[in-house]
Amino acid sequence: MLETHDLHKHFDGFKAITAINFKLIEGERHAIIGPNGAGKTTFFNLITGHLQPSAGEVRYKGDLISGLPPYRIVKLGLARSFQRINIYPRMTVFQNVQVALIAQNNQHLHFFTRAHNLYKEETEDLLELVDLLGEIQDIAGELAYGKQKQLELAISLAANPRVLLLDEPTAGMSPSETAESIRLINDITQSRSLTLLFTEHDMSVVFSIADRISVLHHGEILASGAPDEVRKDVEVRRVYLGEEVGHASA
Amino acid sequence: MTDAMTRSAMAGCLISLALLISVPLFQSAYLIDVVTEILIYALFALSLNVIIGYSGNVSFGHAAYFAIGGYTNAILLTSHGWALVPSFVTSILVTMIAAGFVAYFCTRLTNIYFAMLTLAFSMLVWAIAFKWRSVTGGDDGFVGIRVPEIINNRAHFYYFTLIMVTAATTLLWFICHSAFGRTLVAVRENATRAGFVGVNTRLMRWWAFVVAGTFAGIAGAIFGMFHRGMYVESAFWTQSATVLIMTLLGGMFSFFGPAIGAATLFILERITNEYTEYWPTVLGCILLVILLFLPDGLAGLARKVRSYVAGSN
Ligand SMILES: Nc1ncnc2c1ncn2[C@@H]1O[C@H](COP(=O)(O)OP(=O)(O)O)[C@@H](O)[C@H]1O
Ligand SMILES: [Mg+2]
Repeated sequence: MLETHDLHKHFDGFKAITAINFKLIEGERHAIIGPNGAGKTTFFNLITGHLQPSAGEVRYKGDLISGLPPYRIVKLGLARSFQRINIYPRMTVFQNVQVALIAQNNQHLHFFTRAHNLYKEETEDLLELVDLLGEIQDIAGELAYGKQKQLELAISLAANPRVLLLDEPTAGMSPSETAESIRLINDITQSRSLTLLFTEHDMSVVFSIADRISVLHHGEILASGAPDEVRKDVEVRRVYLGEEVGHASA
Repeated sequence: MTDAMTRSAMAGCLISLALLISVPLFQSAYLIDVVTEILIYALFALSLNVIIGYSGNVSFGHAAYFAIGGYTNAILLTSHGWALVPSFVTSILVTMIAAGFVAYFCTRLTNIYFAMLTLAFSMLVWAIAFKWRSVTGGDDGFVGIRVPEIINNRAHFYYFTLIMVTAATTLLWFICHSAFGRTLVAVRENATRAGFVGVNTRLMRWWAFVVAGTFAGIAGAIFGMFHRGMYVESAFWTQSATVLIMTLLGGMFSFFGPAIGAATLFILERITNEYTEYWPTVLGCILLVILLFLPDGLAGLARKVRSYVAGSN
């Protein structure tokens, strides 16, 4: 569904991504793991058009998408969330999601369509999904961190994606929020039959969502496979998983 | 920037409109002239706020579109003998096209670079008005604009202005409270996020610029007829600064704020000039007060007072 061919990204000579050949299969829930600075976010940025590759290409359903601006890539069905919260902090929770629906329905150049109550039901449905209905009129920037993360998820979903890319969806969340997020992500990907690509630090989160895992290290993919295979991979253990594997499997 | 007009805002609008309609009844030529000019500046400031408040970019060259609308209308009415309606409509279209052209370049940039480029284009417009003497009258100004008979009378002109400004403001209100306006605010708040939900942010900013320029052109066309002349000062950067201060004084995060700012600043200028020669000094002090104490302008102050009063009850 989504492929990269020999993808490279250099920042002033620093090789953040090297020669990544990656395939995302339709319907799978694919986790990218790797230590801080491995290049996970950069990889997402290359796929979603936030950054242009130094070399190589990204294809979606066979079509070249590298080089397209983000707003075009979203329209093709790839929506993302950000590791660092990226919302409209001074707008209300309602408006945060509503704008995504306006854009998704190509209404953003409608000069005389009243914004008031536009896509009200759709917005409420999405907010109900992420359990933010109670905060619908709150200023987004004043929400608790975990709730802002949920809002960001709702915004991404409002773009009605086929492929959802989540960059560290539970980072900074409390254990109970994390558990809730896992349940939510599993539910949503299933009920909307989404293809999911996500990065995550917490191995227990990875193992409770992913059905395939790729290990990224120093900008290269070291291993790819089913969770159990990756878990067994000795090299991977050494590079990253270390003790955490023991925890997760215990 | 509330969604729907609140009851009190609606009442405020109706009362203002009733008062404005009754202005000529006072039979004071001075009053009529002052209010006519305030209405023109109010529209000018409201138009600028589409760029400043809604799209979040600062324009230092908004006077250019005021001047283009004013000069075009002046030239078509007077030099070419056009009737009011075609001349007025064409002036608006010409301003729109000019704004679209400039916006194409300006929206490539953001922040200070955007502001500087708007300034550069406005200086260009000023230079054309200054140098193209045979058409614009150069620094003598375009004097003796032929004002169509039907509005060539103080009260008639006043009502013409009131109708035009009310209609334009209503249109602007709908545009700012539309799906477009809502998305524009999102672009202002977080352009990256807006891009990642599928919004072409540059196109949004382009349209904001065009809308703002077009409505400034309407204000300019009325202004020229009111003064029966257009002068190069109207395109000068100081004029852009004046309307910018009006917008900030009124409050850029409120739809009607800039209109209130325009009225306040205009009246303060009139009063100051009557008694002293220190208007620039007073203006400087006003600017200081806005920047230090009224970041959201008079509209913001009114909001604070209202919530304070509501809180103490
Ligand atoms: N815009 C950038 N400019 C320069 N270096 C960057 C930029 N973005 C990321 N990097 C570098 O690339 C490496 C990978 O970063 P990142 O993709 O954020 O890693 P991860 O998400 O896996 O923690 C890091 O060393 C980071 O400092
Ligand atoms: Mg990262």
